[in-house]
Amino acid sequence: MSNETENNYENTPALDYNDYNGRRVYHFMKWRNIARLISAVLLVGSIVSLAVNGLQFGLDFTGGTQVEVEYETPPSIGEIRSQLEGAGYKGAVVVLFGSDKDILIKLPPEVAEEQAQTRAREGTSSIGDEVVEVLKSHTAEEIELRRVEMVGPQVGEELRDDGGLGMLFALGVVMFYVAIRFQFKFSVGAVAALAHDVIIVLGFFSFFKLDFDLTVLAAILAVVGYSLNDTIVVSDRIRENFRKVRKATSEEIIDISLSETLGRTLMTSITTMLVLLALFVFGGELIHNFSTALMVGVGVGTYSSIYVAASILLAMDISKEDLMPPVKEGAELDDMP
Amino acid sequence: MNRYPAWKYILILLIVAFGFLYAAPNLYAPDPAVQVSGASSALQIDERTLKSAEQALSDAGIEFKGGELGENSALIRLNDIEDQLPAKRAIQAAMRDDYVVALNLASTTPEWLSNLGAQRMTLGLDLAGGVHFLMEVDTADVVGKNLETLAADLRAKLRAGKARYRSVKVEDNAIVARFRTEELASTARSIIRKEYTELTIVEPAGGNQLEVRAQLLDQEVKRLEDYAINQNLTTLRNRVNELGVAEPIVLRQGRNRIVVELPGVQDTAAAKRVIGKTANLEFRLEAAQDALVSNKEYFEYRDEQQQQMMGGAWLEKKVIINGDRVSGARVGYDENGRPQINIDLDATGGNFMHRSTWKNVGRRMGVLFIESKTRTVETTNEQGETVLTPERYEEKKVISLATIQSALGRQFRITGVEAAEAQETALLLRAGALAAPMYFVEERVIGPSLGADNIKVGVDSVKIGLIAVLIFMLIFYKVFGIAANIALAVNLVLLVGVMSLFGATLTLPGIAGIVLTVGMAVDANVLIFSRIKEELRNGLPPQSAINSGFDRAFTTILDANITTLIVAVILFSIGSGPVKGFAVTLSIGILTSMFTAIMGTRAIVNMIYGGRHVKKLWI
Repeated sequence: MSNETENNYENTPALDYNDYNGRRVYHFMKWRNIARLISAVLLVGSIVSLAVNGLQFGLDFTGGTQVEVEYETPPSIGEIRSQLEGAGYKGAVVVLFGSDKDILIKLPPEVAEEQAQTRAREGTSSIGDEVVEVLKSHTAEEIELRRVEMVGPQVGEELRDDGGLGMLFALGVVMFYVAIRFQFKFSVGAVAALAHDVIIVLGFFSFFKLDFDLTVLAAILAVVGYSLNDTIVVSDRIRENFRKVRKATSEEIIDISLSETLGRTLMTSITTMLVLLALFVFGGELIHNFSTALMVGVGVGTYSSIYVAASILLAMDISKEDLMPPVKEGAELDDMP
Repeated sequence: MNRYPAWKYILILLIVAFGFLYAAPNLYAPDPAVQVSGASSALQIDERTLKSAEQALSDAGIEFKGGELGENSALIRLNDIEDQLPAKRAIQAAMRDDYVVALNLASTTPEWLSNLGAQRMTLGLDLAGGVHFLMEVDTADVVGKNLETLAADLRAKLRAGKARYRSVKVEDNAIVARFRTEELASTARSIIRKEYTELTIVEPAGGNQLEVRAQLLDQEVKRLEDYAINQNLTTLRNRVNELGVAEPIVLRQGRNRIVVELPGVQDTAAAKRVIGKTANLEFRLEAAQDALVSNKEYFEYRDEQQQQMMGGAWLEKKVIINGDRVSGARVGYDENGRPQINIDLDATGGNFMHRSTWKNVGRRMGVLFIESKTRTVETTNEQGETVLTPERYEEKKVISLATIQSALGRQFRITGVEAAEAQETALLLRAGALAAPMYFVEERVIGPSLGADNIKVGVDSVKIGLIAVLIFMLIFYKVFGIAANIALAVNLVLLVGVMSLFGATLTLPGIAGIVLTVGMAVDANVLIFSRIKEELRNGLPPQSAINSGFDRAFTTILDANITTLIVAVILFSIGSGPVKGFAVTLSIGILTSMFTAIMGTRAIVNMIYGGRHVKKLWI
């Protein structure tokens, strides 16, 4: 690293808060109370929705049976439902999937349970074939079996537990890493931002009653990664500026740091959003919810890296002393509660 | 300033060349093909087999590119994927049932590439189409059965040791023996300690001294479970081979589950039948010379040499026990070091065996191996067309015929066998039955059209996402944008190359991971370029701005990527199937993007601006 740049800063004659080194400084932190309000509303809304509606867990987590078939011409959903009802499949949910010829049939969990209970040696026939047989007997059309998924209830339950545990574990490890690399207060900020993002994405899925399946869980973990990425870039700059910029309040330093990284934050969000949009539009029905979760997550993540992480640093009275390297940093760690 | 030493350029070029080399096989679309292999491993596949298969195709008017001989199999490349099923039918009809004909994809990768270990990425089931089963092995059943046998054995030992018991039962995963006096109970304890190393005595509830409670040691339980699962794996592999699937996967997952993946299979019901079939061993006495024909049956030996030497065997029609009762079969050695096969039966099997053999000492007992097979029969339908329909039948052959030396029980051995023969027979004895019952806990079928659609949408989103990002970067960063774009494209190639090299499986979420990587990989470049812009604004001359931009962004990039990597690794460890694919692409993408964005971009920028007097940067 060249020293000339450091000297440059030291020679900066006076600090104009609105114009730091020729860059416009946005007063992000002035609005932090409003941001807190927005976050609070979103969080409370999410939690209420999660409490009231819960998550509409997909097949991966609940267990159950899904059969996707394709007709040659758009069929009537009501008829399919009654055809299945007539064949003894009570409580089948029939919905369109992607196009008006694609039909997704969800059978109640009991069907999967029954199948799972059947000993493998007895070698039962396949539920998918059975459903197609029923539907074919009512139409002259060719019906194509696109996909069958049967998940036993115990598998689903395990996945749900593992998923939740994995998420908590991820948050824990990240907190630890950030605490070592930065400082404890930063790790609180980072984890708070992550929790904020995850809860809001979950709330979004709960509120709009979107299917929460394994790919969405993967997307949320990717959101954790992304939001973290953002938060770390911002934290990195805040740390740098705390050590470098003299005669400025914590709030001013954070504003300067956020303004400096704003360009990058936006650029990366835009390129990521671009590819997610491509995935959302062209990626097909199977990963629709996956791309939705990521888009919401990237949006919220961008916002939270500016407002949540930074404003928590302020709330925890971050100061120059917290960041004086490197002996001090180690001493700080020992004091960690 | 800003010049790389020659070795750095060479290193980068080498890595990029390496990436291109290993990514290259993915450009060669595989030929649809049919693969012919022997129904039993003994059958040799040679030029003649290949010739007759090719003849069958010519007769059926199906054009093909050519055939080749592989490791005991023949592969015929076809021109069109539509021809695959008709070709399979034609060959199967001509070659009959000694051969298994499977649909396959033949690599078109040039030989010099395959010699370097470069291969196409394998496609997951969601892209290739096929069947996925997750089966749960009921290991508790195995442990329970084992306890029952131990309890039966213990009763005998207690009687012999004069420890008269009131009862010996299996309760809550433990053997519980009850006695009238404390002395008897303590004798029983010492018998158990001495005779059963796999059992541990636990304090009975309430400190009842008239009760002895013994449990299986944890490591013994684990050994039994592992044995059962490995046994089931072997059996499943044998059965799956019968289906004639090109590249089946049969793998243990977690403690007591088995994953079976059959790419290209559509008939789930048939697959389930074959996987779930059971009981294919029978123990029968050799028929007496004067036995009535109605009471005996003739069987051939499974081993062709034996068949030629001894010409089959007559066995009684009455079955003593079948394969269900066999709980284990291993090769062992007697005191003189001669090989023998040690066979374990369950308690019921032991009783039956004892009853049938104690008065038949000196006679011979045969073991029949029963294979369930499918043959194609030609029939004429109403329209007068000949159609080929599969028909299932059982084939029973003798794998062992040996003299009974004394009454047999739960454990006995077959002696007088060659070492190699012993191995083979033990395997066959085990292959007959599942060691533990299994349940289907997950079943997924992906139709071929859905698989093809998934590939198309995946490739489309990668293309469109990539183009959008390329344009965007070019507009915003101009010359530096070009450098970043080249790096991004190279990153994609490296990512594919590394995945192909590691034999990673590509899934739809995996493709989504690639798309996401494209969007996020530019982040490192964005960080660097913003830093350069900032340094320029701070009044640094262009060359130092470039240098300082790259230097200062480095730690930030490192921190940000390491944390994302942590998350990806966690995702990998909790995820299953397709989600693992996502985690894999994401992790590899993070690593390759760090290389291309930092070293790759720097190299290009250095080539453009390095060592010159630059007044203005196009950024």
